[in-house]
Amino acid sequence: MNSSIQTFAYIQNKGSDTIVNLALAWAEAYQKIKPDISISVTGGGSGTGITALINKTVDIANASRQIKPEELAAAKAAGLNPQEFIIARDAIAVIVNPENPVQHLTIEQLSKIYRGEINNWKEVGGEDRPIVRLSRETNSGTHVYFLESVVRLGNSKDKTIFSSDTLLLPSSEGIIAEVRDNPNAIGYDGLGYVTSEVKVLAISSQATPDVFILPSADTVSNNTYVISRSLYMYTQDIPTGAIKDYLDWILSPEAQLIVKDLGFVPVN
Amino acid sequence: MKRNRISGDKIINFIIKVCGYSSILFVTLILLFLLREGIPALANVTLKNLFGTVWYPIEEYFGILPLILGTLLVTIGAIIIALPFGIGTAIYLSEIAPKWISDLLKPIIEILAGIPSVVLGFIGILVVVPFMRKIFDLPTGLTAVTGSILLGLIAIPTIVSIGEDALNNVPPSYRQAALALGATRWQTIWGVTLPAAKNGILTAVMLGVGRALGETMAVMMVTGNAPVMPVKWNSFFLPVRTMTATIASEMGEVATGSAHYQVLFFIGIILFLISLAVNITASSVSTRQRKRAERILS
Repeated sequence: MNSSIQTFAYIQNKGSDTIVNLALAWAEAYQKIKPDISISVTGGGSGTGITALINKTVDIANASRQIKPEELAAAKAAGLNPQEFIIARDAIAVIVNPENPVQHLTIEQLSKIYRGEINNWKEVGGEDRPIVRLSRETNSGTHVYFLESVVRLGNSKDKTIFSSDTLLLPSSEGIIAEVRDNPNAIGYDGLGYVTSEVKVLAISSQATPDVFILPSADTVSNNTYVISRSLYMYTQDIPTGAIKDYLDWILSPEAQLIVKDLGFVPVN
Repeated sequence: MKRNRISGDKIINFIIKVCGYSSILFVTLILLFLLREGIPALANVTLKNLFGTVWYPIEEYFGILPLILGTLLVTIGAIIIALPFGIGTAIYLSEIAPKWISDLLKPIIEILAGIPSVVLGFIGILVVVPFMRKIFDLPTGLTAVTGSILLGLIAIPTIVSIGEDALNNVPPSYRQAALALGATRWQTIWGVTLPAAKNGILTAVMLGVGRALGETMAVMMVTGNAPVMPVKWNSFFLPVRTMTATIASEMGEVATGSAHYQVLFFIGIILFLISLAVNITASSVSTRQRKRAERILS
């Protein structure tokens, strides 16, 4: 009787919409191994998850970006000591409509498109069509990552922002739906979310602008695909008990196999 | 026995009175909360930034003008669409349709009012958005006018039910007099019934405006949410971002008490003021109607 009370635990897990499917798959697999543990997983965006962590309403926050200095300060002010875990890696795929003849872009061209400096597909070797830029909302970790690594090309002093006519869509599904239907559209999303109804572009790095690479687990692992990033989980403090067991399991080879199944890249 | 009944009456009266006043209390509390959370934005964000034209909160650009104009554009478009359909339906139901047809149509219109806006938004994404892009040859179908169409659908049931009530309140003797003078049915509707119900119909339209103004989900799904200033001649056919969609999509991420949080509440204050103005207009119009009715009767 006493031991069952001790092992029963309820873990609240919330945050990045990029990670939510992965976190759900992990939670389901883990609950099969340990029926006493109950894990609830919700999305909402990286910022939402970290805010919830700071407000102490979740045990683990999922984030597709690192915690910001001001969020860390807020967490410390709330008496927390957030711990970071890199749980998987992810490629961000740049997607267009299958009718669009463009097959690849340099990362500079991609940056200029989202800055609003390139406005027609013919400027990058496509048809004479206006470019409709799609992005996730600003609360998405993917948005922040794309702003820093693509729009600003990793230059932290650059304060350029997305062209103001960039469409900010509230969900990954919204981006896929619009790209699928609209031959003018360009969008970006985690590789795990890309369906066969849209076309993934090959992207070249600044160092080798002639070598265009398609995103995949291999090209992310060997660092040839440039738009890739780490995915994180944050805990309120140094994890103990059930939360520690869960995070240890997530980094185990068994759990990292699930990462690969969902189109993400394992960390080890 | 008698005393019991009187004290029972008093208790019931008191409970009903509390219910009546509680709505005033709730509105006041909501307003106070909005003011408490939103007014500090004026101190923490410069006025030039706050009333600027760039909205990009993660880099501290808090220009709310594109959002206000976006909301106004989508709402005006919705009313242009909902007005003829709403009033036309109300006239048909009240003046023209045989009783069995209006008995059939009224519940159907009420079902339209009950459809969750997220469902309308979903239909919007799958049907209206690709349709608009092809018909008008637009860069994208996620535009202000797409939002207006969905909001129009949402506002129509409100306009129909209140407009129909207003038409039904016109005394039958007015119509009988017009018909007796040899007016056709259309002349009676256009020259007598509609003018007599004018204020009630204005109220219906104002409440329809209020319904469209506050709608969030459907608009967020189909207007593209790009915070551009809708000042070009073709802005109606370009993406816009509304105030409600901004609050809904960003409130979840903000740190409590940050400048971004305060600005979102400030947007809430502006929405509150706009819908207050709309409601005051609606109720002042309907009070005028009552006074006029009293004058006619006396």
